[in-house]
Amino acid sequence: MPKPKVPGLLKGLGVTFSTLVRTATDGAATVQYPHEKETPPIRARGVIALHEGNCTSCMLCSRSCPDWCIYIEGHKELAPPRRAGGAPRKVNKLDRFDIDYALCMYCGICVEVCPFDALFWSPEYEYSEPRIADLLHDKSKLGEWMETVPEAPDLEVGADKKGKK
Amino acid sequence: MVGVELAYWAESLLRVLGGLVAVLLPAGTVVYLFLFKMMSFMQSRLGPMEAGPYGSLQLFAEVGKWLQKEDIVPTNAQPEARIFKIAPLVVLASTFLLVAVVPFGPDAWFTDFDGGIFYALAVSSVSVLGILIAGWSSANKYSLLGGLRAAGQLIAYELPMVLAVIGVVIQAGTMNLQKIVVAQNAGEIFGWDGLGNPFLLTQFVGFLIFMIAVQAELTQTPFDMPIAESELVSGYMTEYSGFRFLIFFIGEFATAGVFSMIASVLFLGGWGVPFAWFGWTAIDDVDNWMNVVGPLILFTKMIIVVFFVMWVRFSYPRFREDQLQRFAWKVLIPISLANIMVTAVLKVAF
Repeated sequence: MPKPKVPGLLKGLGVTFSTLVRTATDGAATVQYPHEKETPPIRARGVIALHEGNCTSCMLCSRSCPDWCIYIEGHKELAPPRRAGGAPRKVNKLDRFDIDYALCMYCGICVEVCPFDALFWSPEYEYSEPRIADLLHDKSKLGEWMETVPEAPDLEVGADKKGKK
Repeated sequence: MVGVELAYWAESLLRVLGGLVAVLLPAGTVVYLFLFKMMSFMQSRLGPMEAGPYGSLQLFAEVGKWLQKEDIVPTNAQPEARIFKIAPLVVLASTFLLVAVVPFGPDAWFTDFDGGIFYALAVSSVSVLGILIAGWSSANKYSLLGGLRAAGQLIAYELPMVLAVIGVVIQAGTMNLQKIVVAQNAGEIFGWDGLGNPFLLTQFVGFLIFMIAVQAELTQTPFDMPIAESELVSGYMTEYSGFRFLIFFIGEFATAGVFSMIASVLFLGGWGVPFAWFGWTAIDDVDNWMNVVGPLILFTKMIIVVFFVMWVRFSYPRFREDQLQRFAWKVLIPISLANIMVTAVLKVAF
């Protein structure tokens, strides 16, 4: 025998009341933020970190940024040759690498487009500032975020076989 | 019965203060307990937690916030600025007029006269005027539509409310709210007087209709078309800011409290306990301590009634305007008319 059908109106009241009881006994689904913190997922888009050594100031990130919030300045320097007697190497020296988080919309195109693995997502999110100008993070501050970048998760099985060996 | 004689000015002062308490205390309780906490818990969150323990001082923060805000009169409303400014006061005034007839104890009342419930239902419609002139004088299409919807809705639901109350009046044989309380608590069910005779039992249909009509009178969801925020911004309140918005807000929830008090007076026995418990038979036997305990009992009953109003409010989606009108005229009014006839027949039969 099928169960008697509960009218939808009563069912609706039941839903809200059971949620009320559940919140009172098991606690809310929300987090009381400043007092208790939520751990964001490992791939959360919190802040962009810069690995300065990898950057060649190729400007790809800056050019692909939809709201032009990455500022790069650099110059070429001569470095001692790798082998004795060789010609001196030309290396890029990064003078300035700023990301203006007041403009950034966290699209992640810069991280995607970087061919040298110089930019990384970090799940860190607590960097609000009383003054909007302080949201411009320079390269030393962006470098500090590198410490918070989590280890890349393992690839799925079979994923590394793709591409050229 | 009370052996205290007060000068006229002292008595008047007490009445004014008592009226303020009777309006503001339920409003504050309703907002904190139900709007802040119960709604949050029903949505699996905690609500305000910062101001005071468990956010209990949040109300003062909110009131302080509103009082700081600028009292803006829109440019287009300037020609009728005075009417624009007076509208929220009219709404709040109807709440104060309403609380005047609610009996809180055997001697704890503001006024006690034979037209009680008739007067209550009459002055509760005064708020329609306030809402209409608020909507009209705002010079804003959303406000105007909200005001018109409110007028249509309040007039439509005034009728089932009055008709539902008539059942109680027939059964109690009086329109005096104090005597309705006495009739319930001194009554008996087939000779058993342990519970008195709350009209909730005999007038259950009337109670349901009354509560549905109250829900609509208070413009609480599912009947909140006048302020439907997804269609009309905030209806007739759209152009109000600062303390005038606060007054609308207090008026809404104070009226919720006062209407719930009237519902508990009409159907749940009001301030009284069943008189048989203490061997009382009429109102003159009731001991003086009921003047202190009575308001607490009424307040508790009010909380329970408001709980249901708010529970429904937080559970159901909004009706459409035509559904609202059809429900009032085609369902509620015929049922309440039938209720009156059945009550009258049974009253004569027994």
